[in-house]
Amino acid sequence: MSELKKSWLLHLGIVALLFVLQFVLPSYHHASMARIMVLTCYAMGYNILFGYTGLLSLGHALFFAAGMYGLSLSMQHLEWLAGPALIIGLLSGVVVSLTIGLLLLRTTGVAFMIVTLMFSQAGYLTVLYFGEFTRGDEGLVIQQELRSIAGIDLSDPTSRYFAALLLMTICIIVSLRVVQAGFGRVLVAIRENNERTRMLGYDIQRHKLSAIVLSGTMSAAAGACYCLLFGYAGATFASVQYSIFPLLWVLLGGAGTVLGPFVGTLFMFYLIDLSSGLTTAYMLIAGFSLVMLTLFAPQGLVGEIRRRGLRWLP
Amino acid sequence: MNLLSTHNLSRKFGGITAVDNISFVIPTGQVRALIGPNGAGKTTFVSMLSGRIAATEGQVFFDGIDVTKEPAHLRIRAGMAYTFQITSIYGRLSVFENVALAVRWQTIGDENETKRRVEDALAEVGISDRATQLAGDLSYGHQRLLEIAMGLCQRPKLLILDEPTQGLADSEINQFIRLISNLRGVMTILLIEHNIDVVMRSADAITVLNNGKVLAEGSPKEIHENAAVQAAYLGTS
Ligand SMILES: Nc1ncnc2c1ncn2[C@@H]1O[C@H](COP(=O)(O)OP(=O)(O)OP(=O)(O)O)[C@@H](O)[C@H]1O
Ligand SMILES: [Mg+2]
Repeated sequence: MSELKKSWLLHLGIVALLFVLQFVLPSYHHASMARIMVLTCYAMGYNILFGYTGLLSLGHALFFAAGMYGLSLSMQHLEWLAGPALIIGLLSGVVVSLTIGLLLLRTTGVAFMIVTLMFSQAGYLTVLYFGEFTRGDEGLVIQQELRSIAGIDLSDPTSRYFAALLLMTICIIVSLRVVQAGFGRVLVAIRENNERTRMLGYDIQRHKLSAIVLSGTMSAAAGACYCLLFGYAGATFASVQYSIFPLLWVLLGGAGTVLGPFVGTLFMFYLIDLSSGLTTAYMLIAGFSLVMLTLFAPQGLVGEIRRRGLRWLP
Repeated sequence: MNLLSTHNLSRKFGGITAVDNISFVIPTGQVRALIGPNGAGKTTFVSMLSGRIAATEGQVFFDGIDVTKEPAHLRIRAGMAYTFQITSIYGRLSVFENVALAVRWQTIGDENETKRRVEDALAEVGISDRATQLAGDLSYGHQRLLEIAMGLCQRPKLLILDEPTQGLADSEINQFIRLISNLRGVMTILLIEHNIDVVMRSADAITVLNNGKVLAEGSPKEIHENAAVQAAYLGTS
């Protein structure tokens, strides 16, 4: 079996497994899983830029929030339906990432990190500043009866689970296609050796910009869907914390692997969930496990599996 | 017909003038060697040809067009290939993928064609059996050969080689000389080379740089007999 076939089988197999899980998971885990799948999409978006292109962003919450507020504000204040509002959420992601991306192209290394951090901080403050519309920290609650597309009530646990799975499936397919295509291979080449890639005849700036827009738009899609499925948009989602989360998830799961973001998000979600059940010092347990992982599996869980044998993992 | 020419090309690094007002031509099809002592400005000069670094002054013409202002990737796409003096490969990618990256913008989506081109290039430099290894695991000499393969697989009009034989074993050097003679007529070659034996056996013409200026230019025989060159270069190496 070719490596291409194997990787499609594996990834679609995981989608099928998640599909079946819907029918067997107890309701608490069922709800958690829906959340994890949406957040995975955020992490997958982050991974395109960090894992594959090698650009470390400290401000992805800006893109997540762009999708989230694009959707929620147009529903709340323009009284748009969920469908069109979702498209606005996506477009917000495209516009914001394209604008920021053009500015980011002038920076490299540490400056890139600082500038992403700065812009997302500006985004966070903007959300607070326009509190009249966004209701700042308190946030916007989207009424349950508005949260439906084509007659499907997305606040219902089952349809919410399937919507999250659909989004994640789309993100997996997009990621796999990108990684297998010439475009994704050039992104990896840029990550591995920027100067060499330029001298082989590739337009580095154009590739970086495309990666930023793709990554930002995927993150925005996750933000918009999160808001739609869980009915809430708040300033926390635009804060630094939400810029650091995808970095952690991707590092844990394996940067530059298609499944890493899912494994990392799943792992961290349950790590915090379980340890907070044991002790109030749960961040200590979580932090300790993270340190152990970085020491013993520096390439993340999926990265480690790839290193130890499954070299074909995309 | 000249494939490449420069007009008063200069490059300053702060106070030092690494390349000083060089006007230079290579006729299409020639194998030209560029020699000179350490720090003469050879790497800086070819870096300006390929666009890797910008010229402070002067112009570069390639294939009849002024490319001075063009970014490197467009010059490469116009038919220059550049290999680095300090090996610059993708150590964590396979040897195959290293070369494939060099040709994919030409084979656009046709992976069978990519595969064929990569295999040809690896065979030409004699490292076919290494295709699936990680490039970083190759010996230094094989990494040099990979670097050359990445250049020649692009089938450029002009192949720029910056000290390709540095660190190669004698047998590999002989193979390299054979490779150059096979490429003669297929592409124009600009070869920076410290190994005088290689230069004498493969170059049609030689340009000698010293202190950023052209000290002499001529056939291998003329350069060999040139007293100034002897003094500046051959005598000291
Ligand atoms: N990036 C740089 N910054 C400052 N000075 C530089 C830079 N690159 C080259 N130089 C200087 O320019 C001069 C020419 O260097 P260059 O590398 O072009 O020489 P070369 O002929 O290739 O030498 P070698 O045979 O050692 O490779 C040297 O004095 C070098 O120190
Ligand atoms: Mg040099």
